[in-house]
Parts: sequence; C-alpha cells; structure tokens
Amino acid sequence: MVSDPYLGKYTTCISARSTDREILKKAQDGGIATTLMVYALEEGIIDGVIVAGEGDLPWKPRPFVAMSRKDILKAQKAKYNISPQISWIKEATRSFGLDKVGVTGVCCQIQAVRKAQLYPINMRDVPGKIAFVVGLFCMENFLYDSIQAIVEDHTNQSLSSVKKMRIGKGKFQVYTERGNVATAPLQATHKYGQPGCYVCLDYVSNLGDISTGSVGSPDGWSTVFVRTRVGNDIWSKAVDAGLFETKPIEEVKPGLELVMKLAKIKLDGNRKTLEERRNFGVNKALRDPYA
Amino acid sequence: MEATKEAKPVANKIKLGHVHFSGCTGCLVSVADIYQGLLKILDDYADLVYALTLVDVRHIPEMDVALVEGSVCIQDRESVEDIKETRKKSRIVVALGSCATYGNITRFCRGGQHNQPQHESFLPIGDLIDVDVYIPGCPPSPELIRNVTVMAYLFLEGNEEQKALAGRYLKPLMALAKRGTTGCFCDLMNDVINQGLCIGCGTCAASCPVRAITHEFGKPQGDLNLCVKCGSCYGACPRSFFNFDVIPEFESISELIADALR
Ligand SMILES: Cc1cc2nc3c(=O)[nH]c(=O)nc-3n(C[C@H](O)[C@H](O)[C@H](O)COP(=O)(O)OP(=O)(O)OC[C@H]3O[C@@H](n4cnc5c(N)ncnc54)[C@H](O)[C@@H]3O)c2cc1C
Ligand code: SF4
Ligand code: SF4
Ligand code: SF4
Repeated sequence: MVSDPYLGKYTTCISARSTDREILKKAQDGGIATTLMVYALEEGIIDGVIVAGEGDLPWKPRPFVAMSRKDILKAQKAKYNISPQISWIKEATRSFGLDKVGVTGVCCQIQAVRKAQLYPINMRDVPGKIAFVVGLFCMENFLYDSIQAIVEDHTNQSLSSVKKMRIGKGKFQVYTERGNVATAPLQATHKYGQPGCYVCLDYVSNLGDISTGSVGSPDGWSTVFVRTRVGNDIWSKAVDAGLFETKPIEEVKPGLELVMKLAKIKLDGNRKTLEERRNFGVNKALRDPYA
Repeated sequence: MEATKEAKPVANKIKLGHVHFSGCTGCLVSVADIYQGLLKILDDYADLVYALTLVDVRHIPEMDVALVEGSVCIQDRESVEDIKETRKKSRIVVALGSCATYGNITRFCRGGQHNQPQHESFLPIGDLIDVDVYIPGCPPSPELIRNVTVMAYLFLEGNEEQKALAGRYLKPLMALAKRGTTGCFCDLMNDVINQGLCIGCGTCAASCPVRAITHEFGKPQGDLNLCVKCGSCYGACPRSFFNFDVIPEFESISELIADALR
C-alpha cells in the first residue's frame, strides 16, 4: 500500500484500456469507468449506478441511475460542466430499490459519498448500500455558460456539432462530428472555472475504490489507481476476465511523473487559495471547510 | 419463560438515556432502527437508564450520554426545568434530530390552538443549555446515531488510541453544536455558495427530506416555502465540514464500527 500526500492511498497504479470494442468506440479515454460499471452490474456487485448522461441542452450532463449496460453506455465521455451526481444517491435506495449502489463522479463527488457514509445526515440506508465507487481525475470543472463561451466563442464551434472535448497539452480541444479539430489555449479558459474548485484538495479521486483519468497514459489509454479492498477485488477479477489490456505505469510515457506534477500544481495552488481566504477581508476570513 | 437478569453485568457500560421534549418520537424510532446493532449496544456498551417510551424510570437520572429529542416549549414550565435537569445530570448532551438542534418544524409554531393556546414559543435545546454534540436530520439517520453512540463509548471507555479516534470523529458534530441553533436552506446560500465553496455535487438535494432543493445549471435552487428548516442540507454538504483526519479513513472506521457491533 502506497500512501502519497498528493496521489492518496493506493495498492497499484497501471495504464489500461478496455477490450470491449463497443465501449472503446465512444470512450473518453480507455473506457475504464464504463467497462468497470458494466462488469460490476453483470456480476451482481452493483444493481445500478449513478452516471452523467445527456441533459436537455447539448453537452449539459444530467445525472441518472443506470440499471442496464445500454444506459451505462449512454454516459460515456467527459462533459466539462457540473453534473450533480450525488443528488440521486438516496433516491437510488428508495424508488429505484437498489441494494448495491455504484457511483461515478469527480473527486469532490466521491468525497461527498464518503462523508455520507461516515456522517450520514438525512441519508438513511446510504452508508451500507454504497457498493462500488469509481472516481475521475479532475483539475477543475466549468459552469454550463462557461463551456458555451469556451466552445462557441474561443474555439468558434457550435456546441451541437461537437463530438468530443478534451483537455490536454495545455489546450482545450474540441472535435466536431464532421472531423474538424479546434483548440483554445487553456490560459484563456481559467476565468471560466467553477469558483468552488479553487479550494479543492484532490486531483486523482483519492477516495474512490478505483480512480481513473487520462493524464499519464497515451491517447486512448487511461491511468488507473486501485485503492480499497473493494477496488482491488473488482479490478483483479475484471482483469482475470480479460476486460482490460494493462501495462505497468512505469513502462508508459509520460507516466506517473506527470500525474504527480499536475497533482502538485493543483493541491499546492489551492492550499495557497485557502491561505489567502484566511486574510481575505480586514480582520475577516472566508470560511474554511477543512478547519 | 422465567425472566433472567444479567448474572455478571458487562463491565464499564456507559449510561445512556433518551430525553423527550417537543418531538415526535421519530428520532427514537430511528434509534430503534439500528435494529440488531442497538441490541448489541445495549448488551455490551450501554445501559438504557432513562427513556419514558421504553423504560419505567420516572425521573431524569445521572447519564453519561443523553440523547435529547425535540425542542423546548418555553411556556411549559416542566419542560424548561427538565432540560436544565438534563444538562445537570449528563456528561455528554447530544441534540438528537433537527427539532433539538435547529427547532425544525416547531420553528413555525405560534400558539393559538386548544387547549394550550399560549404554548407558542419553542426553542432548540442549544438556546437553553450548552449542547456537546449535534445529530441533525429529520429524521436523523440510524447509522449516524449508531456511530455517535459507539464513538461516545470509545471516548469515555476506550484506550488512548480509541479515545483519540472518537474525539476526531465527534469533532465536526461538536463544531456544529457551537455554530448555532438555526437550520435552513439559506445555510447553503450564506455559508457555502456566498462563500465561494459550492461545487454543485448535488448532496444537499439528496439529503433534503421534503425535496425542496433542485439544481439549476449545477447550483442549488431552494423552494423556501417547502423547507422545514431541518438543517440537513448544510450538514450533509461536503463543503460545510470536511475533516481530512477522519473521512479518508472511511474504510478502517467503517470496519471498526461494524466489528464493534458484530
Ligand atoms: C470535469 C472533469 C474534469 C476532468 N479533469 C481531468 C484532468 O484534469 N486530468 C485527467 O487525467 N482526467 C480528467 N478528467 C477525467 C477524464 O476526462 C475522463 O473522464 C476519465 O479518464 C474517464 O475516461 P473513461 O474513458 O474511463 O470514461 P468513459 O468510459 O467514457 O465514461 C465517462 C464517465 O464519466 C462520467 N462523467 C462524465 N462527465 C461527468 C461530469 N461532468 N461529472 C461527473 N461525472 C462525469 C460518466 O458518468 C461516466 O462514468 C476529467 C473529467 C471531468 C468530467
Ligand atoms: S476541481 Fe475538485 S471541486 Fe472542482 S469539480 Fe473537480 S473535483 Fe470537484
Ligand atoms: S451539497 Fe454543498 S457543495 Fe454540493 S451542491 Fe449542495 S451546496 Fe453545493
Ligand atoms: S432545504 Fe431541505 S434539507 Fe435544507 S433545511 Fe430546508 S428542509 Fe432541511
């Protein structure tokens, strides 16, 4: 077990991608999140999972409880704006009647799940019914109007023509259905970030059973941290079942070094923001949720 | 069957009590809904020394932990005396549920009903006595009541390591008790969104018992006429408190609690 102040606790870190062609076709990266949840559903490890599906506007996510492979696949791809995943966590155990709930989401949403498990405040039944949690890496998130401004103004594309968005190599990249690629420098997107993200102290979903992201692995592959006993159990069974191609993280470029570098940039930067909040006014501080 | 008494009482059980003020007994039902876990707690860790619903003890005795349900009607002299007596007789006072912590639905009371039309003013217990620990929620989650009870036992009777862990666990619930006696959707506006802390996670909407919260473009939207002022949403929000010395240990702490109740 590794315990790292920036990358959290984990037993293994690998580079991986799904062997399921249908899933890979539409995956954001290696299709890890989707493949794991489909596997967990088919094995009876979960009986439903909260995912970020399509909303009522192009690229606006809508969280929902998926209970079939088909529905889990509807949530493929990263939507770079807020999807209040946890709003379904109690309902999943009520009208949906689930006993073993799966959750996907970014770091802060996984933190919310763990808080609900240890300090359930009006969250009856939730602590014991969380069965499997897959967290995504997350540098920051955007508001819907921000994503609209970035895509429509900065990259000059129509949101409804976009097939995929990616953040990488210092750029916000937009791929359209008809094959165009447009980018905006990441610098230009910073003013659009969700303010609450600037006090976030987690980059690689430290509290997931398994966490995954794109950074560190080549295009089409994912970096994966296997963390808890639940995560280890599911990961080893899924690999044995032939669901993933894997490579030791040490053998891929840019590898763990870049993950660590970005984690440091995020956490150190946000610690500084928290420090500044302590002297934000004159003899007045802004609130610190971690105090 | 012959009634049997414990031949040799388990050593060092703590004295637990349930004190009922202006509540609905739903909090006590939540205690009972710990199910087998409650029996285990009563077998090994705590004696239920007072609970008018369950035990034939008429007057408030000495307690290590008092679980206090309901708010206090200040026009009812007996209630006012009882809450003071509860503080005097208890080492740890826990405000159990949203009426005791924040007033909850009794915030809307204004008297004028038979046959005590003058019973019009109800206060959360923290406005009358010092409260040590809050368990917010309407209803409070059985799992949280269970955790607090086990942790209170470890805090009072555990070894040094267990005491330290229990202290860390209880700290944010003690901080909530220090923070104040009002709960509302507005907490999310005043202390989360207005403070630049909201991340649109959706937790508040899940915790709200009356579905007063939806999310518009990722941010909480409250229907204040639906809100019953239970304070759950703020308590559940990961940006009210998030204690890094406890929550990341979710795996081992969950196991510890499960083991204690096995
Ligand atoms: C806001 C955001 C920021 C990110 N930042 C980084 C980063 O800085 N570095 C990095 O390496 N990776 C980042 N990622 C993760 C990365 O983009 C991929 O989501 C991740 O690698 C999963 O790929 P996959 O092929 O396994 O997922 P897929 O199999 O394609 O499945 C997508 C999964 O993402 C979930 N999801 C999609 N959008 C959202 C959303 N808005 N909120 C919550 N869950 C969502 C879906 O529920 C689904 O489970 C970010 C993702 C998001 C949503
Ligand atoms: S940066 Fe942190 S707070 Fe913001 S969306 Fe990502 S995980 Fe959540
Ligand atoms: S729980 Fe807190 S952080 Fe999450 S959406 Fe509600 S107010 Fe925002
Ligand atoms: S909005 Fe809902 S959870 Fe929040 S205080 Fe009101 S009733 Fe309680």
